Amino acid sequence: MASIKLKAKSKNGVTSVKALINHPMETGLRKDKKTGEKIPAHFIQEVTCDLNGERVMTAYWGGSVSKNPYVAFNIDGGAKGDAITLAWVDNKGEKDSVEDKVD
Amino acid sequence: MSMKRRTFLKGTVAAVGVAAAAGLLSPRAVLADWPKAAFDAKSMDDATAAAGLSGFEHSDDIEIKAPDIAENGAVVPISVTSGMKAESISILASANGTPMAATFELGAKAQSFVSVRIKMGKTSDVFAIVKSGGKAYANKKQVKVTIGGCGG
Repeated sequence: MASIKLKAKSKNGVTSVKALINHPMETGLRKDKKTGEKIPAHFIQEVTCDLNGERVMTAYWGGSVSKNPYVAFNIDGGAKGDAITLAWVDNKGEKDSVEDKVD
Repeated sequence: MSMKRRTFLKGTVAAVGVAAAAGLLSPRAVLADWPKAAFDAKSMDDATAAAGLSGFEHSDDIEIKAPDIAENGAVVPISVTSGMKAESISILASANGTPMAATFELGAKAQSFVSVRIKMGKTSDVFAIVKSGGKAYANKKQVKVTIGGCGG
């Protein structure tokens, strides 16, 4: 299940990380238009990023992060070929992660 | 298919358990850390208090990039940059049913910048709260929403 598109680029001593995650991000407040029943909450709660095994960022999200979330941040240092890992866990315990090399 | 998935999940859970027991995972990696009280809070005051950010001071050294008018409240791009060394950056939409949208805990190597897209139910201020040196600083920007993003 490849739910994550990850791009990490090193330039002038800074690694920029951009990720796009496929996820419905349901708040639990929306109603199904046909049945009128509430759609249960289903959203990513935690996103973590490691550079060469070192934790650089932990994000805690609520249901008000948009569907198919996009996230970007920058890391001091990092070089081409470094290992970068991005992982998420949602409120149902589903998870995914991707490992890539910095470009 | 489902049997395999079950086995896979079991294996993963066991592996995580072993890793946690061996101290390989920092406590931050365990989901119990998700600040439920902050995300469930229904007002700015309650959300910031639950997140340990109450009593924040205004700072112009926090730049919020967001559209003046968001045509679609379901997808409002927000970027926050600060000249301060941020330990964490939190993004809140004050008029949302639950204002807390996201908190980013930034490691020593992470720069004071995050970009994310959030949902906004109606026109309101977007707050960016930066924790730096144990203190909380905030700035805000109004985003006008023409179609809300929190309803059906």
